[in-house]
Amino acid sequence: MSPFEQIAFGVLTLCSLLCLFRIGRGPSAPDRTVAIDILGTLIVGFCCIMAVWTGHEYYMNIAIAWALISFVGTLALAKYLEGRTYDA
Amino acid sequence: MPEIAYWLIGIGLVFDLFGCIGLVRLPDVYNRAQAATKCVTLGTCMILIGVAVAAFGGAGWPMGIKAILCAGFILLTSPVAAHAICRGAYLSGVRLWEGSVEDAFADHANEIRKEQAQAQQERAKGEKAETA
Repeated sequence: MSPFEQIAFGVLTLCSLLCLFRIGRGPSAPDRTVAIDILGTLIVGFCCIMAVWTGHEYYMNIAIAWALISFVGTLALAKYLEGRTYDA
Repeated sequence: MPEIAYWLIGIGLVFDLFGCIGLVRLPDVYNRAQAATKCVTLGTCMILIGVAVAAFGGAGWPMGIKAILCAGFILLTSPVAAHAICRGAYLSGVRLWEGSVEDAFADHANEIRKEQAQAQQERAKGEKAETA
């Protein structure tokens, strides 16, 4: 692992810890939902750096799937926050 | 890996870090959502474009195309998700920070709440009719 990848993983881990702080501390449910959404986007970045480091292509498949599924989960949580039922 | 890929990934990481600092540091949900979403979307897209440049330079073109596709997905989905969360937060009754100067959504939110209450009443009536 070259120094560049070490720094990249370090910065992304620090960002994830900040997100986890907001998930644990956040005074209201929307705070936590925003932090979960941001954590999902950061994991996509993790997968990219992993793909560059190892040279395996399948990490990009994980990144694409994670981006889409995280979007659907966030929309479901937002709909729940809005106070309607799922079919309205 | 070409030089420019290092620069793109590095700038993306800096933007990610700023976004997450904003997520911890700012006072209410709406400020946090806008800071974090904008910075992290741009940062992750720049990481992905850097990876695409690196892939076209060495590891092979399928990885590069997947990276660009993923950047497109994030660019499309992330602002929509943030908008939905902020709308849900407002309608669920999260207050603005006391230093906020303007609340342009208030009137429209009241209309939406009225519509929701009406729909709920109609649904309750329908349930009563079914039971009777």
